[in-house]
Amino acid sequence: MSDVRANTPLLEIDDLRVGFGANPASASLTVHGVSLRMDEGRIVGLVGESGSGKSLTCRSILRLLPDRGHIVSGSVRFDGRDVLGLSRAELLAFRSKQVGMIFQDPFSSLNPTRRIGSQMVEALRLALGVSEETARGRAVSLLDEVDIPDPAGKLRMYPHELSGGMRQRVMLAIAMGAQPRLLIADEPTTALDTTTQAQILRLLRRVRDENATSILLVSHDFGVIAEMCDEVVVMYGGYVVESGPVEEVYLRPRHPYTRALIAAVPTLEVPDRDYRRPTIPGPPLGTTRYEGGCPFAPRCVNARPECRDVPMTLVPIDDVHAHATACPFEGRVSA
Amino acid sequence: MVDLISRPRARTRRWTVQSAVGGTIVAVVILAAVVGPLLSPWPPNATDVLASLEPPSLRHWMGTDSVGRDVLTRSLVGAQISLVAGVAVTAAALAIGTVIGSIVAYAGGWLDAAVSRVVDTAIAIPFLVVVLATVAILGPGTVSVGVGMVVVGWAVYARIARAEVLALREHEFIMATRSLGYTSARILLRHVVPNVVRPGLTFATMDVVAAMVVLAAMSYLGFGAQPPVADLGSIIAAGQPFLLSAWWISTLPAVILIALGVGVGLIDDGFSLRRKVS
Amino acid sequence: MILYLLRRLLLSVGQLLVLAILVFLILQAVPGDPVKIMLGERASPAYVETVRQQMGLDEPVLTQLWMYLTRIVTGNLGNSVIFGQPIGTLIASRVEPSAILITYGLVLAIVFGSVLGITAALRSGTVADYSIRILATAIFSMPAFWVGLVLSLVLGIQLGLFPVSGYEPGLVGAFRTLTLPAIALALSLIAVVLRTLRGSMLRVLGTEYVEAARARGYTEGRIVRRHALRNAVTPTISIIAVVLGFLIGGTAVLEQVFGIPGLGSLLVQAVERRDYPVVQVIALLAGAVVILAGLVADLLQAALDPRVRSAIRHG
Repeated sequence: MSDVRANTPLLEIDDLRVGFGANPASASLTVHGVSLRMDEGRIVGLVGESGSGKSLTCRSILRLLPDRGHIVSGSVRFDGRDVLGLSRAELLAFRSKQVGMIFQDPFSSLNPTRRIGSQMVEALRLALGVSEETARGRAVSLLDEVDIPDPAGKLRMYPHELSGGMRQRVMLAIAMGAQPRLLIADEPTTALDTTTQAQILRLLRRVRDENATSILLVSHDFGVIAEMCDEVVVMYGGYVVESGPVEEVYLRPRHPYTRALIAAVPTLEVPDRDYRRPTIPGPPLGTTRYEGGCPFAPRCVNARPECRDVPMTLVPIDDVHAHATACPFEGRVSA
Repeated sequence: MVDLISRPRARTRRWTVQSAVGGTIVAVVILAAVVGPLLSPWPPNATDVLASLEPPSLRHWMGTDSVGRDVLTRSLVGAQISLVAGVAVTAAALAIGTVIGSIVAYAGGWLDAAVSRVVDTAIAIPFLVVVLATVAILGPGTVSVGVGMVVVGWAVYARIARAEVLALREHEFIMATRSLGYTSARILLRHVVPNVVRPGLTFATMDVVAAMVVLAAMSYLGFGAQPPVADLGSIIAAGQPFLLSAWWISTLPAVILIALGVGVGLIDDGFSLRRKVS
Repeated sequence: MILYLLRRLLLSVGQLLVLAILVFLILQAVPGDPVKIMLGERASPAYVETVRQQMGLDEPVLTQLWMYLTRIVTGNLGNSVIFGQPIGTLIASRVEPSAILITYGLVLAIVFGSVLGITAALRSGTVADYSIRILATAIFSMPAFWVGLVLSLVLGIQLGLFPVSGYEPGLVGAFRTLTLPAIALALSLIAVVLRTLRGSMLRVLGTEYVEAARARGYTEGRIVRRHALRNAVTPTISIIAVVLGFLIGGTAVLEQVFGIPGLGSLLVQAVERRDYPVVQVIALLAGAVVILAGLVADLLQAALDPRVRSAIRHG
């Protein structure tokens, strides 16, 4: 394993800060120094509730920020290259060929007034530089790969004529068209029913297996993350609060928020009559002012006055696993 | 208990610079129109042929017209008339339209379908044509023009109100109040009406200015305010033969109208939620 | 689909019928004796009686309505006592300048309104956007007739670029005599087109499919041209149909300002002289144009938006 390339992570986000405002200097921060590292061929989960900054973080990878959004500081490196320094043309090529993205709402991710085929062919021609016919053929085989019946017929249809699950598959097919190294899936199953959800997740895993594509899976549902991912990064209030291999974090969570998230996952076991599914107490993100220190403090059962001065840097819990937490009061586990 | 079921109101109404500027402009104009004539040394209708067509000076701030009347005073009085007429017409259309629209939508069924069809068709006849037809029937005068404008104008407010009521009817909180046993009248009054009137009111603010412009056009044609009463439109018409020589006569009334329009427009703009790509 | 077309056409026919009845009521609504009002104080009672019979006003109302409707359908529009001509001839002689003026104004409004609206949307939040919008509001608040006056003053009299009254037929003539009023007409509408298009462009540019397209590395130009525009245009089309009604009203006033012998000035004269039959016919014509425009707008929407087509098929 002295191959240098094998040691270069596919994606490396270092102390990323993102905020909103008229310009970067005056922007108020929403993402406060997120660091994340992803190796080739892995599925990494990014979990947190809405407002945690996870969507912003993954959009920053593509520099796809909304109006008034700015990357204030930090770096994003893809395969060693600095994404934030790419020229416009390089950025467009990067988005087109290296990274694919699928979004949460399949009902609004496709242009409603154009046929599926036309949209797919456009994307493929742009990404691969092939002729119309070649692109069309590739579109059919892509749709077939995502298990869509009668792919040729579907090309002539409009988005509203397909079900939500099928639309999401089409999105996936388009995203995989250029065989990107990284696929970012922002809550891909949240808007779907549970059966379809399972199908799409299986599909994603197959995509990774067959194409060696790395996947960054964003969700607020820890159950989905636990099922799919190799590693997980937990975010709250714009900070990373815990990260590590998924079994580690799931079985031995070392942050109060992670614990609460895990406890909130519904299970199939029949509960006792007195069982009340735990909910996370306290007001949700965004309704109380952020006072500094740990953003989870207002809702944390272990909160104490010192929480206000917590620097929110990740500290490994031991020397063995790549498992770190931002809560200093969780302590190190003696080896 | 009632408050718990109130419809959540958008809390992000902010006073922006735009609304403040717009509000100031409108306030200044209205204030001038109300107070100006009282403070002015010149009665609006006092003729003085010897002082006719004088350019703006310290004596007559905006000069005089063809028979020596002070243009500024006259314009401000004209603005009063235009404002009152514009507000009255819009208020009447708003009231009638909202009531009809609400009732029809709440009742539903064939009444709704029939009235909607008629309303849609009635809107088809161009606004000005209806107003002109009304003037043909009733004779010239601000009142005739006003009646004509209400005859067409109510339809828009009926549409707005109807859309709101239809949306509200399905809204959960109406069903909730019904299950609590509130009578229909109470539902209508305390919950439906405030929510229904609001969008109509928003539209009405811009509509007042549009109404004033139409009134001015009618007066310009000679069908609106009849002499010796003069509103902004008639003054502009009176100044037309002198556009090159005595430009001030027609200009001031127009500037007043434009100022009001811009002011109201800015207020409207400033109040709308800024929608951002997120 | 065919069923939908037929139903839609039927709806238009129904609207035209309602329109005709409403127009018919104009004459009935006159307080007092319409014939006496039309002919004036000095007309002899005998003459008044003759005209009344000619107009069929001594019949019961429903009979009048029936006669009125059948006459319209057969194209017999009656006579104008005041102008001394059959109304049909009168209208025909004055249609051309009005038709050209309205089309000219509509085209100007659409072209400039669209360009400005799209520009404002693409540069949303910048100085350009604000200034375009404020300018549009200011112009919208200007009475069209005043704008016409100013234009005729500045471009017509002072600079001598265009004639300020009258109408000349022919391509060049129409351009010379109708440009100023068309500009005045268009200005009031540019604001409406601009705002609507800007609004829907902004909405479309904020949708998730546009964001997905950006994520795929499409250039902004491609996104605007091939995705945004099509989706933003549809709501604008219905607005234009509504706006047409205001355009027609505006021509009445502007034809007066510029002395153009069209249907608008004819209407004004008819109102002045209380010539009810002429007022009725013009009102009918104007309403019919708007109803037809609504039909065209609906059909265009179905052509452009496949969701509308689906709803039609299954609804």
